[in-house]
Amino acid sequence: MSKLNNTLHNIRTIDEMARRSKRINRLHPLVKLCVTVFYMILVVSFDRYHLIGLMGMMIYPYLLFELGEISLKDALCRLHVVLPVVCMVGLLNPVFDTEPVGRLGGITITSGMLSMCTLMLKGILTVLSAYLLIATTTIEEICYALRLLRLPKLFVTQVLLIYRYISVLLSEADHMMNAYLLRAPNQKGVHFKAWGSLAGQLLLRSMDRADELYQSMCLRGYRGEFYYGSGQKMSGIDFAYLIIWICVLFIFRRFPVFELIGSFFVS
Amino acid sequence: MHMADALVSPAVAATMYVCAGAATAYSIRKVRMEDDAKKIPVMGVMGAFVFAAQMINFTIPGTGSSGHLCGGLLLSAVLGPYAGFLAMIGVLLIQCLLFADGGLLALGCNVWNMAFYGCFIGSLLLWKPMMRNGASKKKIVLASIAGCMLTLQIGAFSVTLETLASGVTALPFTVFAAAMQPIHLAIGFVEGLITAAVLCFVYEARPELLWGIGGTACSSKEKTARLSLSKTLGILVILTAAVGGILSLFASAFPDGLEWSLERITGSAELEAAGSAYDTAAAIQETTALLPDYAFKGSDSLAGTSFSGIAGAVIVIAFCMVCCRLFQFFKGKHRKFNE
Repeated sequence: MSKLNNTLHNIRTIDEMARRSKRINRLHPLVKLCVTVFYMILVVSFDRYHLIGLMGMMIYPYLLFELGEISLKDALCRLHVVLPVVCMVGLLNPVFDTEPVGRLGGITITSGMLSMCTLMLKGILTVLSAYLLIATTTIEEICYALRLLRLPKLFVTQVLLIYRYISVLLSEADHMMNAYLLRAPNQKGVHFKAWGSLAGQLLLRSMDRADELYQSMCLRGYRGEFYYGSGQKMSGIDFAYLIIWICVLFIFRRFPVFELIGSFFVS
Repeated sequence: MHMADALVSPAVAATMYVCAGAATAYSIRKVRMEDDAKKIPVMGVMGAFVFAAQMINFTIPGTGSSGHLCGGLLLSAVLGPYAGFLAMIGVLLIQCLLFADGGLLALGCNVWNMAFYGCFIGSLLLWKPMMRNGASKKKIVLASIAGCMLTLQIGAFSVTLETLASGVTALPFTVFAAAMQPIHLAIGFVEGLITAAVLCFVYEARPELLWGIGGTACSSKEKTARLSLSKTLGILVILTAAVGGILSLFASAFPDGLEWSLERITGSAELEAAGSAYDTAAAIQETTALLPDYAFKGSDSLAGTSFSGIAGAVIVIAFCMVCCRLFQFFKGKHRKFNE
């Protein structure tokens, strides 16, 4: 499968997952967005050596993956985008930060090793939480939540339009690439002589499509207002979900919960 | 160059959100002033175009590798800096949500590093002055290459500053900058070439689509205020230094928003010291020594002190697993009963 096709497939898979009628999907999008952002802030707020404390934050993605019946495998596939960047920054920490902090078996653990592991865990947890949001909430619902947060209509509308037209333009770009590759067999990528004409043609087609889109929107009565989502109201369950998660996550951030629970069994 | 959430602290993320938010508000105001209802669908489709075009691999001759076009400058050259900036934010938001390319918390940083520099610095300080007296293929190529290289250099430098200000890495500034800048110089050159190829094609086919050509978008007052290349570069250097200085100031003055607020609320003095390695090691030992009686007897190793934490984690996860399985079991039973 080509890169363009693969991207299209991923977008459709995520969209289908977000449209399921599971309990977690039916929660108010604003609540899910707030919990996700709160969780991310707590995760990145951990000190770079606080690995054990950060492990406590694994509770949120774990429970949501289980209860939402979401595939962890698909989520982990997304890590290939983030982990190289995080690794590039974190891998040299053990070289520059060599202060020993303890011993594990026969190996001396340095603060650089701890900070490297913390950084990687932070990267994994934030990616998983963003995936949980998008796997349980459609882009229309996220845009609706953004409107509730009083983000300007112009901005939210064009985010929604970009999302809607990504599939169309990806499939158009895929057709163009297929046509090009059939005429230029055994070639990897686009030859530099065709750089301008291939992407330029796509750009011109996109501009024409934008014109057609505007005409059709006007014909359907577009007057600057756009449909953002279901317009659902917050229910008691939504409030309970928000409050419970905020309390649980705050407790896990503030207190060494794992250590306290472990202490009952270890002593 | 997309920054991940793990690379930013809450203080840096918030600062960059404020900066990006101010630029967004200004751009929205400018686009609204144009009062062109057609602009929104054009922005949406062009944003989707950049997204699709960035998936196409352009082979770099003689290297075996490939590159992709520079979205910020291309969008600005077609839509203008303000609409281009807004479209670019949309692209970055969707990239971070759908493909984990960048992060939700780091979105402010990414908007600043890629969209702001690409759209405002690249187009207003390079593209527009160069195209003011009319365009030519030579000018487009020069503006594209210079714009991409310059904006990527400033963007990469900002990534270095933001990461260091967040305190997530032990890399010294010089090592980090030395790793970031040269590679982005090469990337900027290639992206500039691809962007130039596309814009030259558009210039030949439909020149009216390009923004700011031949003085159409500027008044006579603006013409008198035209900047030379040396002045432009001077402004850029000052701007970069100012942004860097402000960021580092914030990073050193406000270590962590959450911990600050916790200390204000609870009066706790247990905040980890952000200082030398010795202080940090002492802080870790203090944290892990919260339950010294429950650690292995006579053990002063890390395994001993953190064993209770790991054991706790295993117990909590096991408890959660049991709860989830029970929940699914009863849910299945309930479904069968209803059928």
